[in-house]
Amino acid sequence: MCLGVPGKVVEVSNNALGLPQGKVQFGGVVKEVNFCYTPDVQVGDYVVVHVGFAISKIDEREAQRVFDFLQRMGDLEGLDMPEESQ
Amino acid sequence: MKYVDEYRDPRLARELVRYIRRRSTRPWPVMEICGGQTHTLIRYGIDQLLEGAVTLIHGPGCPVCVTPLEKIDRALAIARRQEVIFTTFGDMMRVPGSETDLLSAKARGADVRMVYSPLDALELARKHPERQVVFFAVGFETTAPANAMAVWMAHQEGVKNFSVLVSHVLVPPAIQALMEDPETEIKGFIAPGHVCTVMGYQEYETLAQSYRIPFVVAGFEPLDLLQGLAMLVDLLEEGRVEVQNQYTRSVCREGNPHARAIVEEVFEVADMTWRGIGPIPKSGLCLRERYRTFDAEFRFEVATISREESSVCIAGEILQGKKKPVDCPAFGRECSPEHPLGAPMVSSEGACAAYYAFRRLQEAEA
Ligand code: SF4
Repeated sequence: MCLGVPGKVVEVSNNALGLPQGKVQFGGVVKEVNFCYTPDVQVGDYVVVHVGFAISKIDEREAQRVFDFLQRMGDLEGLDMPEESQ
Repeated sequence: MKYVDEYRDPRLARELVRYIRRRSTRPWPVMEICGGQTHTLIRYGIDQLLEGAVTLIHGPGCPVCVTPLEKIDRALAIARRQEVIFTTFGDMMRVPGSETDLLSAKARGADVRMVYSPLDALELARKHPERQVVFFAVGFETTAPANAMAVWMAHQEGVKNFSVLVSHVLVPPAIQALMEDPETEIKGFIAPGHVCTVMGYQEYETLAQSYRIPFVVAGFEPLDLLQGLAMLVDLLEEGRVEVQNQYTRSVCREGNPHARAIVEEVFEVADMTWRGIGPIPKSGLCLRERYRTFDAEFRFEVATISREESSVCIAGEILQGKKKPVDCPAFGRECSPEHPLGAPMVSSEGACAAYYAFRRLQEAEA
């Protein structure tokens, strides 16, 4: 129900009420999305979309953090190794 | 797909599993609140990979599952009216009311339509001024801004033939209710990433302090959940009471201010009954007085319909994490996704449906 799908912004415009909207591409599919909650999006940004609304703009730098964490963990495991073999 | 595939890397997942297993000194009982997360955990067998290191308790986090029986009956009463086009998200179609469900009502002639967004329902109202278009506004905090926006736009544009049947639930009061139970075994929580995308996680900091229990806000992909669990196990092993955020690519501490503002404008906090659990004070949303004309319960005078729940289904205990779906005598026998007896078997995010889809498959393969 709280499914949020990441997609790429391919078009930004305004609707009849002057609210920001546009198109987001998910894999091969393009959908109409309302940008009221992410008013500063630009073409090329990635957003998380839930029931036709972008609820956040994905932070590219933060997105990398999972992999940095794993990297650090890998380094720690390296340090653990000798202990284990004792 | 970017921001999806890389979070499903099996090699990195294995490393995280190894880390958690090594770090954990006991099978920490932790709960994931959100049904979307339950779905991922069961689908990828993460709960089984972590057996002995983490005991995952599946929480009440599926708004479809906790929508009270009487709301479904009210929905049916409205949907059966000649002038009404009743619109809903797909997963509400098969939720059993006390006698039938929306899909069966549709088969018998009611005009029930599935929509992807509440804005699609509003568009139908603009196109069919001679009909009454009702949208079943179900959801957690994640969905509240979308539903609020549909009502706000209808109000701005003066769309008179649009209304919403509201069944909105809030996560923090449910956590509070779970923690007030003296029998609870929960030692930590995975907080729901998309609810927090909208609301932020300040409320969880308050909960963490009141109940001396750590939280990690996590995303929905396997690596998100595994990293979130790794962070949670670190906190538990070190005895730290904190709220940490794994899903930083989408969640910040304050949430989304634009989305929160429209929810605040249109909705107010109200008492709510959760199917299978019962009443929880201040755990839901209803329309504010100035938007009452858009409330389908008033417009169609169905607010008096009330129902008691049946006793076959142990959904209540499952939604509170006290029992697993396989503990239910009806699971996979009288109750299946084709013939659901209870709501957790309906939505793909319901714990019973997730077990049915993935556990049975595994057993067959084994
Ligand atoms: S298996 Fe069916 S009857 Fe049993 S708890 Fe789940 S939904 Fe209810």
